[in-house]
Amino acid sequence: MSLPKPVMRGLLGKRLRFHIPLAFAFALVAGGLIKYGVTEPRKRAYAEFYKNYDGVKEFNHMREAGVFQSVRPSGE
Amino acid sequence: MFRLTASRVGGLLARRPAAALTAASSRPSSGEVSRPVDMSRPQYWDRRVSPLPDRPFREALSAEDKALKQKEKGPWGQLSREEKIALYRISFQLTYPEMNQSSSEWKTVLGGIFIFIGLTGLLVIWQSYYVYPPQPLTFDEDWRARQLQRMLDMRVNPVEGFSAKWDYEKGQWK
Repeated sequence: MSLPKPVMRGLLGKRLRFHIPLAFAFALVAGGLIKYGVTEPRKRAYAEFYKNYDGVKEFNHMREAGVFQSVRPSGE
Repeated sequence: MFRLTASRVGGLLARRPAAALTAASSRPSSGEVSRPVDMSRPQYWDRRVSPLPDRPFREALSAEDKALKQKEKGPWGQLSREEKIALYRISFQLTYPEMNQSSSEWKTVLGGIFIFIGLTGLLVIWQSYYVYPPQPLTFDEDWRARQLQRMLDMRVNPVEGFSAKWDYEKGQWK
């Protein structure tokens, strides 16, 4: 009936040595994924949108559709 | 003042610490009224989180148990395996594997949850038919179509979101 004596000391240290680098790695990976999966595509989408954006044309379209209160469609 | 009636800790979901709290001597045999546990005295328990209870399991020892306890005062290498187990059983009722035994209680719990969710579902259906007032007119098909057209006219979220998915030249979704 003699079992080996279980480890009594250094349990927290062992856990931290394992989990803290793991946490760092996960955080970096998560950050990288968000940067290259979300923010970069979003920046590109906005750049694309504004490359050939004609604000006056859009305004006139919206005016004709009748969504503004300050200017009514050109017909009225 | 410190009485705990066994009836209060019984029920469908018998909790093991509570069952162990009623000391073996106070557990009634069939036909007896259960005696309340005097909680002002040291208690015995089988719990994973606090391993050493206030008192050993069996305090009234037979003659051979007393002889064993005497032998325990000597070098432990001289105790046989059966004697060590007997000493454990004097001090404790259950071993850790016995204490940690899983039960099928989760099936009861899950079943009860689903039953009550189902009853609630019936109640919700009845309520939506008999209790709710008529829907606002903003829910009508026609109104929603005109609302959608107005959102497109206003160019809601034109870069990545709503209006970005509408093809303004062709007048249809991309």
